[in-house]
Amino acid sequence: MSSAVESFDNKARATFETIGQTTVYQGELHRHPVYTRFLHWMVALFFFLALFSGFGIYLPWLFRWFTPIFGGGQLLRQMHPWFGLGFVFFFFFQSLNWLEPMLWTPADTRWMRNIKHVVSSQAKMEPPDTGFFNAGQKLQFWEIVVGCIVYLVTGIIMWAGARTFGALSVAVSYVLHDISALIMLGGIFIHIYLSTIGEPGTFESMTRGAVSEAWAWTFHPAWYKKVTGRDPQQACEQERQRMLSQKH
Amino acid sequence: MADRRTFQIEQISAHPGPAPGRGMQRDLEVCKLVDTTTCIGCKACEVACVEWNDMPFTPTTFDNTYQTMPETRYNFWNLIKFNEHQNQDGTIQWLMRKDQCMHCAEPGCLAACPADGAIVKYSNGIVDFNQENCIGCEFCVSGCPFNIPRYNPSTKRVYKCTLCSDRVGQGLEPACIKSCPTGCLKFGTKEDMKFIAEERARQLRENFGMQNAGVYDPQSIGGTHVIYVLHDATDPERYGGLPRNPQIPWSYTVWKWLFKPVLGTFALFGLLGVCLHYVTAGPRRPQPEPPRREGGNVQRS
Repeated sequence: MSSAVESFDNKARATFETIGQTTVYQGELHRHPVYTRFLHWMVALFFFLALFSGFGIYLPWLFRWFTPIFGGGQLLRQMHPWFGLGFVFFFFFQSLNWLEPMLWTPADTRWMRNIKHVVSSQAKMEPPDTGFFNAGQKLQFWEIVVGCIVYLVTGIIMWAGARTFGALSVAVSYVLHDISALIMLGGIFIHIYLSTIGEPGTFESMTRGAVSEAWAWTFHPAWYKKVTGRDPQQACEQERQRMLSQKH
Repeated sequence: MADRRTFQIEQISAHPGPAPGRGMQRDLEVCKLVDTTTCIGCKACEVACVEWNDMPFTPTTFDNTYQTMPETRYNFWNLIKFNEHQNQDGTIQWLMRKDQCMHCAEPGCLAACPADGAIVKYSNGIVDFNQENCIGCEFCVSGCPFNIPRYNPSTKRVYKCTLCSDRVGQGLEPACIKSCPTGCLKFGTKEDMKFIAEERARQLRENFGMQNAGVYDPQSIGGTHVIYVLHDATDPERYGGLPRNPQIPWSYTVWKWLFKPVLGTFALFGLLGVCLHYVTAGPRRPQPEPPRREGGNVQRS
């Protein structure tokens, strides 16, 4: 990690801490700082604006449904590239912010081999070497990084048009832009599901910025160990005993 | 530009389902015939076009040729292109070709267009832009094999030759045809024009020694409603901007009408997938979960 990126991130995080705050209650851990949350919701806002305005252009059958939301086809076509630029702009800063925790590690390769147990909800807890982000999150992150590059390059080609870049490059860009959008559309369902009802407690990490300790040792044991120094398995077992003793 | 009362619409861009009333009435296909062998490059058709369509003339660029401007514009739909071609034996051919929308039977612009009703094809073969529905995305420019649609940055809409659909609808010939002094431009039914063109090409081959004279009516896009008689039909490229084998990019045919809906449905399966995951595998809760209620009939596999 270059130190320039790091110092920029630190400065940005510090600045945003003066604007907002994160209240961490007892039994909770601080997960996402204000800067991260701000970027996440700006990315989300522009993602959905670009997604819905893109729907209008994507399929002729959707044209009549989605263009009126943006004040008609003409306005939609004018705004869609700007929505996309907003998405890429904020995600660029998010990618700098998350570059370090998103780096692929051998633990992630092991996680991917084990994905069957995660998807089937058989594994109650994540493997003990799962850090701040798990491999699935990292995969989605890097997919969006690649997707943003594809969006940007093909989007600019279509924005400038066939008169500038040639008919063929526009015809190809249009397909690549669509594929990238479809992958992200599939990804957003999984993202929203897992961050809300799929893994309860996750949503608050992006709203308030704090998560319960139980959430932390369940889904990100290695991170839990790093920040608290306690063994996640042990902590979980202790909690279980406490719950049982309370019951009787 | 369209006159819906007069023409039966056969195909509408980005329209779900077929055009209403399609095939209800029989219509003769119209056609404009351009005989490049008798064009003298007088540009009367250019003037007639801007006059009839009420497009003010704007300053142009001189590019060391006899052309009025390097290429057509959003307010200049009809341009005589001058091309000098050197033959094998060293002689020079001075070729004049009327460049305008070809009104393809399978229009690439219409296939590319994402805006419902912005481009229509009438059953008489005329392909027309409805600017009130145009969203100015310029996909039509990339779909057109002849590089015809032109974007107007001030109105943010795309324009092109209408084959004078407003005149044809009233039983008149297009303005360019009316102005042509040599009779190199003709207008009528596709069948008649094709007959005249073939006769003329035969005449050129038999009486004028142009072995390769022929008619340009490319079948790769189902034929066009503007056809040319060329001195050498084997090499239409020499006239500038006439592809030998015009094609519509596959991204506007296969991708748009097959893969897009199919893949879009697959993306919706993602939504179905997570719903099914919730009710079958179930959510993962932070551990330990609170102890289960005793006496309840809870079963875990």
